[in-house]
Amino acid sequence: MDATSPSAADLYAWFGVDDTVLARVLAAALARGAEYADLYFEHASGHSVTLEDGIISRASSSVDRGVGIRAVVGDQTGYAYSEDLDVRSMVEAARTAASIARGSSAVAPVGFEPRTHADLYAIPRPWESIGIVEKLPLLQKVEATTRALNPAVEKVSVSWGDADDRVLVVTSEGTAWSDRRPMARIAVSVTAVKDGEVQSGSANLAGRHGMEWFDEQRLADMCSDAVDRTMILFEARRPPAGEMPVVLAAGPSGILLHEAVGHGMEADFNRKGTSIYSTLLGKQVAPEFVTVVDSAIHPGERGSLNVDDEGSPTERTVLVEGGVMASYLHDRISAKHYGVEPTGSGRRESFRHMPMPRMRCTYMENGPHTKEEIIASVKNGIVAETFTNGQVQIGAGDFTFFIKNGWLIEDGKITAPIKDTNIIGNGPEALRDVTMVADDMKLDTGGWTCGKEGQRVPVSQGMPTVLVSRLTVGGESR
Amino acid sequence: MSARSDELLAQATFAVEAAVSAGAGDAVASASWGRSLDFSWREGKLEKVQESTSRSLGVALYVDGRYSTHGTNDLDRGRLAAFIREAVALTRALEPDPFRIIPDPALYEGRSDVDLDLVDPSLVDLSREERLAICARLEERASAHDDVISATSGIADGHGISARVSSNGFSGSRERTSLWYGAEVTMREGETKRPEAHRWVGGLHRDGLPTPDEVGAEALRRCVTRIGAGKVPSVRTTMVIDREAASGFIGRIFGAMSARAIQQKRSFLADKLGRRIASDVLTLRDDPFVTRGMGSRHYDGEGIAAKPRTVVRNGVLESYYVDTYYGRKLGWEPTSGSASNILFEYGDQSRDALVAAAQSGIYVESWLGGNANPTTGDFSFGVRGRLIEGGELGAPVSEMNVTGNYLEILQHLAAVGDDPVPWSAFRSPTLVFEDVQFSGT
Repeated sequence: MDATSPSAADLYAWFGVDDTVLARVLAAALARGAEYADLYFEHASGHSVTLEDGIISRASSSVDRGVGIRAVVGDQTGYAYSEDLDVRSMVEAARTAASIARGSSAVAPVGFEPRTHADLYAIPRPWESIGIVEKLPLLQKVEATTRALNPAVEKVSVSWGDADDRVLVVTSEGTAWSDRRPMARIAVSVTAVKDGEVQSGSANLAGRHGMEWFDEQRLADMCSDAVDRTMILFEARRPPAGEMPVVLAAGPSGILLHEAVGHGMEADFNRKGTSIYSTLLGKQVAPEFVTVVDSAIHPGERGSLNVDDEGSPTERTVLVEGGVMASYLHDRISAKHYGVEPTGSGRRESFRHMPMPRMRCTYMENGPHTKEEIIASVKNGIVAETFTNGQVQIGAGDFTFFIKNGWLIEDGKITAPIKDTNIIGNGPEALRDVTMVADDMKLDTGGWTCGKEGQRVPVSQGMPTVLVSRLTVGGESR
Repeated sequence: MSARSDELLAQATFAVEAAVSAGAGDAVASASWGRSLDFSWREGKLEKVQESTSRSLGVALYVDGRYSTHGTNDLDRGRLAAFIREAVALTRALEPDPFRIIPDPALYEGRSDVDLDLVDPSLVDLSREERLAICARLEERASAHDDVISATSGIADGHGISARVSSNGFSGSRERTSLWYGAEVTMREGETKRPEAHRWVGGLHRDGLPTPDEVGAEALRRCVTRIGAGKVPSVRTTMVIDREAASGFIGRIFGAMSARAIQQKRSFLADKLGRRIASDVLTLRDDPFVTRGMGSRHYDGEGIAAKPRTVVRNGVLESYYVDTYYGRKLGWEPTSGSASNILFEYGDQSRDALVAAAQSGIYVESWLGGNANPTTGDFSFGVRGRLIEGGELGAPVSEMNVTGNYLEILQHLAAVGDDPVPWSAFRSPTLVFEDVQFSGT
């Protein structure tokens, strides 16, 4: 068995459909005059395993399958899904979706041209074919490595999850797209006790990778990260409260872009005029050395996609180019509204959900400065190093991200560690206040998940070391 | 109970029998079915309609001292039996866990049959026309201001049934309906700012909800008050939390009350049983038998017969959330691993009276991001709200953080209002905390 992308014909067989059946279901979706319709067949299987208190304490498996049927007229969408893939059930769901339109029948295609694409996540063996016995040593190794790193470590838990997702998108434009998407994640959590004080921390590795990617070095680095992040908390304090310069460390700091820029550039918000960026396209919003990208085409990233979830080719979309707002993230509906091509950003959590514009892998390109210059330039501020979560209000532009670990900067030098601090800022103001960008961009290997309107999708992010001259730090007054 | 719940019970029973015949020593299966209809309305027309019907089956297996859980939505009996056989084989590959046993059947005993009134049969009759009329009414009221850029309204209802069967004698099913509607509003402020607000109300039954007129108008009123929001200098002052925002703050302490967190040494409430964790105005009760309560139930996620209990009494921690597995690891009797409805001992003052008594401070209406560390109790959250000036709600506040530690701030709880929020299992009233650290300019 090999896990390279299946052909449309492979997935026709997998889901038990043929052109005649697909044409019938699409005809039902178009029967009330919809301009466009699509079918999203999905079969998702997954496994997870947990190691706690030294033993493999539980495992789980899941299978979920069905078809989501969408009918679109202008910016109106009708949606229904069926978990049964017989013609009668699918036609019934299609009729429900069709009811969004109030006209006479539109013409449905009778055949579907299979479309091909690059394979950004070809892995030697699909997760579905790898038994649990092969995965257990990975968890046991991580546990043993982590425990051996420091005698203060009292509790270690390791969790593993993998998924194998088959997707077939068939559109009323007469196209058929197929994809098979792997995903795997390992996480380690540590609790350490020192002089009666307890601290906990964690680290994880995730991506659209196969077993071989989780090699000894990567896993060992993850274990040290988890222990280091935990042990430093015994020395860490809260930073002072209020506005100050914030240095974003290379890697996971891309969370700032995700919250402060990316969401506001999703075109559905702009179409409705509800984003703070609704009137800023083509305008200078940041210094000329700031370029922000949202890309689907980096191999093996959580946000990588061969084709999006509504059958549009994927691409590297430049959101901010040389400091100028360049493009929104479009799905089919918003692209039609704006008269542009979709950017391959139409994504959905599963066949139970309708697609909408979403981020994939969001990062800032390298700039002209160095990390050392940036740190040295700050009189009093903080470095933000690891994060747990973030949020944004699209219209007001206020965004937050939560720092798990970081450092104080005093007189241009890194001094004491800091912990558990929320940062809040305003998107356009923060972009304006990006005063330095270093040349050390890296994509984070952690497993980020983005939530929007109740739908969760995997994403990635990256960043070079960046200085934002002013953000509000949730600290404690001295 | 309906024909559908009988069918689900039969499905769960089939799964348990399949597991036992495949070699599982014990098994628990849950079969569920759900239906929902969701309308979203904007600019005088239906923007999105989504209809969902789904079913699933989950099974927990106890095989030779090993444990695993599995889920599928493919309920064809032949394929389901094969899926379960494979799952039993997978379980054998795991390690034996001496603490993992099926819940003690004695805990299933004494299940109440009090009528919780969790189903509103009239929701079936809610027509498309009526839904559209409610959406239109909500949007009309929510957009009744010249500076409104966008108002989106919506209505969603759901109906769910689930059945649970275990190999050691548990059998039960439950059913509930729900209805939610509301609106979100975005307004113009200066060149680029677009303040936003929303108002959603919901319940298991339709009656008792505020009218669409009231809800739409409240969404707009909330948005209007956001105009001109900004930050003030960092300050230690009184924090009054709106009843609808309170669960986002106090709800966090429940994670630290779980036996799992305590056994895994990730709880700032470990070793605090019987000790004071909050000021004496805090009393929290877990009551599974609230009529029409969103968290109401006759049995919990393990089948344990539900019982009301006091979690915190006058500031003293009285009980933890203990499930079978972590209870055995700790040597504790299971209580229940999850919360049902959380009720407070309510005060006798209204929100306005509490704000007046505070004189000055910050009134928190909602949170923006932030997090809490369950191991240490450290928290830091973004806040949106209003300044309290001269005992009244004043200018809108945004882009500020509140930071502290739960073990400290719970001692600063000064007052509890008389106004529990109705549309939540977490029935918090307005809460007043003194001497709280806010970060701003």
